[in-house]
Amino acid sequence: MKSDIILSGVGGQGILSIAATIGTAALQKGLYMKQSEVHGMSQRGGDVSSNMRVSDKPVASDLIAKGKADVIISVEPMECLRYISFLKPDGWLITNSKPFNNISNYPDLEDIFNEIRKVKNHIIIDADAIAKELKSIRSSNIVMLGAASPYIDMEYDSFKDALKAIFGKKGQEIVDKNIEALDKGREFTLSQK
Amino acid sequence: MDKLLLLGDEAIAQAAIDGGLSGVYAYPGTPSTEITEYIQKNKYAKEKGIHSEWSANEKTAMESAIGMSYAGKRAMVCMKHVGLNVAADAFMNSSITGVNGGLLVVVADDPSMHSSQNEQDSRYFADFALMPILEPSNQQEAYDMIYDGFELSEKFNTPILVRITTRLAHSRAGISRKGVKKENENSLPSDPKQFILLPSIARKNYKVLIGNQVHFEKASEESKYNRYFEGKDKSLGIIAAGISYNYLIENYEDGKAPFPVLKISQYPLPSDMIRKIYDECKEILVLEEGYPFIENKLTGVLGDKKIKGRLTGDLPRDGELNPNHVAVALGLEEIKNDVIPEVLEARPPVLCPGCGHTDVFNALNEVMADYGSGKVFSDIGCYTLAALPPLNAINTCVDMGASITMAKGAADAGMKNVVAFIGDSTFTHSGMTGLLDCVYEKSPVTIIISDNDTTGMTGGQASHAEHVLHQICKGLGVEEEHIRSFIPLRKNHNEALEILREEIEYEGVSVIIPHRECVRTLERKHKIKAKIKKMK
Repeated sequence: MKSDIILSGVGGQGILSIAATIGTAALQKGLYMKQSEVHGMSQRGGDVSSNMRVSDKPVASDLIAKGKADVIISVEPMECLRYISFLKPDGWLITNSKPFNNISNYPDLEDIFNEIRKVKNHIIIDADAIAKELKSIRSSNIVMLGAASPYIDMEYDSFKDALKAIFGKKGQEIVDKNIEALDKGREFTLSQK
Repeated sequence: MDKLLLLGDEAIAQAAIDGGLSGVYAYPGTPSTEITEYIQKNKYAKEKGIHSEWSANEKTAMESAIGMSYAGKRAMVCMKHVGLNVAADAFMNSSITGVNGGLLVVVADDPSMHSSQNEQDSRYFADFALMPILEPSNQQEAYDMIYDGFELSEKFNTPILVRITTRLAHSRAGISRKGVKKENENSLPSDPKQFILLPSIARKNYKVLIGNQVHFEKASEESKYNRYFEGKDKSLGIIAAGISYNYLIENYEDGKAPFPVLKISQYPLPSDMIRKIYDECKEILVLEEGYPFIENKLTGVLGDKKIKGRLTGDLPRDGELNPNHVAVALGLEEIKNDVIPEVLEARPPVLCPGCGHTDVFNALNEVMADYGSGKVFSDIGCYTLAALPPLNAINTCVDMGASITMAKGAADAGMKNVVAFIGDSTFTHSGMTGLLDCVYEKSPVTIIISDNDTTGMTGGQASHAEHVLHQICKGLGVEEEHIRSFIPLRKNHNEALEILREEIEYEGVSVIIPHRECVRTLERKHKIKAKIKKMK
């Protein structure tokens, strides 16, 4: 198996929590992985991305080649458009619909959605609203992971085990909230089929 | 032992701890910061009392590490590439003193300038200093190299430069650890004069260093990190250094190129291996991250049509490599341009909402409108973002500390009402000596030290300047009445305007210290407080 995933968003939105969950799941399953992230200047509200690569064979490059990504997970709608050239033709684009508007020339949201709809396989999900319903606004990123999970070539339960490992220290309540968020995201995508 | 999920930087830190480290010395700098932070947070390192406090700058860090090596212990010094410029004096001479305890100099280069003002290649510095280089191709290799690196340094009596780049530093992978080695005992160098670089002794040491080059090269020829992979198709031979090796094998399903491949991760360059691939193959493609260091050595002034790489345009001359660049150079694919939808806008980094620097700039912009444009000399830090809209408040950013000295130079040239804008940590890194120059000549400059109690851009590390800025400025000779301060908040805007105007009008050295804690570090402190409260 192999899953090459690009995560995108804005510095401060915490895309690395998604990466950490996938990474932990991969290591727990004895898979190989590499995950490159952006530190430094861009973390100050600029565009950020992470390349996440999981495989049952050793992973060579830290970077995903153009046209080779299986999935793009974006926690911000405009940001996913930056990485369109990396998606393989039958790859999936999963994006949050909630914009993060910290620039004066932020485009019209409908124009962004129209551009996203040009991608053959795409899911637009209001992860923030789902997280809000769960009274756990901070688990919006985990909703996104849940929504992408049908297209990541890993056992779904491995993500739950990873969330237990990551949030276990913070108590059962937090673990449950995150697993619920993961489930809700997945349900959304599966209901789109 | 289970694998640990670590950044390349963290793998280096863990390896140093496991390899018998007694102290790490560093000044924060992307992409090297996480090495020292990991050691600072590591429980075992804390228990053992391994030194991990930040240094004032890279030069003081390098010198302290040399001192620790002199005392027989294993030391590591970490910095970003441009930090090596600051440490250069100590660095260049450390190869002539040699070491007692193992000494590793980890330098993180930033090709593509993700968070830097240039993309200089640190391999040139090691070459310049006649020092061996280790350049890991992946995180595990980084771990292994550092783990064994102290012994290598001790065996050859030389510091070793470990060169990494952003992509390795900030990419995670599963790492297998090895057993923890004991720290060295204190000891004096066997030659009591080894570290005295008087010309008579330095000449002797230098000859020894030159003599050692053959041993360094032999070690490269025999290194397990330099590998020759045979290949049937001799129409091309590939020399791949550091992480560029990964971009090569990424392009082949089974990870095997059909051509002979020489993977290089230890320098000086193994000339026998290079000669073999050169003689065996019709053409040579050199893949390397950063400058065309190896390519240049091979082609020299006269050039060699057999050799292809960044100089010949087969690969981009600048910026970091990626699998696509390599695929194009190998003729496996055409150049793929990015598809950038028209609707997409740039999202440059900005100062955080509520940042104190912003309040200072708002006041400064209003005041400078009366004095003319192009007079604000700035420096390296979060506040450099004020070069961009909406603030558009600064006119220069060159190197750490340059705001003060460049303002002085401009004042010397006759420019009136010049202002330097520098952060607290950058000031104690390299601004103090420049201020002394200004005081010495009573230069008409106004220096704003925008104090947020932290080293902000790299993620909020402790600042040496905390609580001592006023004292330092006074001690360096700035007149007490021209050391001013205010709290940069919107409600204090008028006070800020008044202070700025008064000091810019003053034809001598003024220092203004707006002081308010970084919103990020403050937020983190609140979170920790809330957590403790919850636990109670």
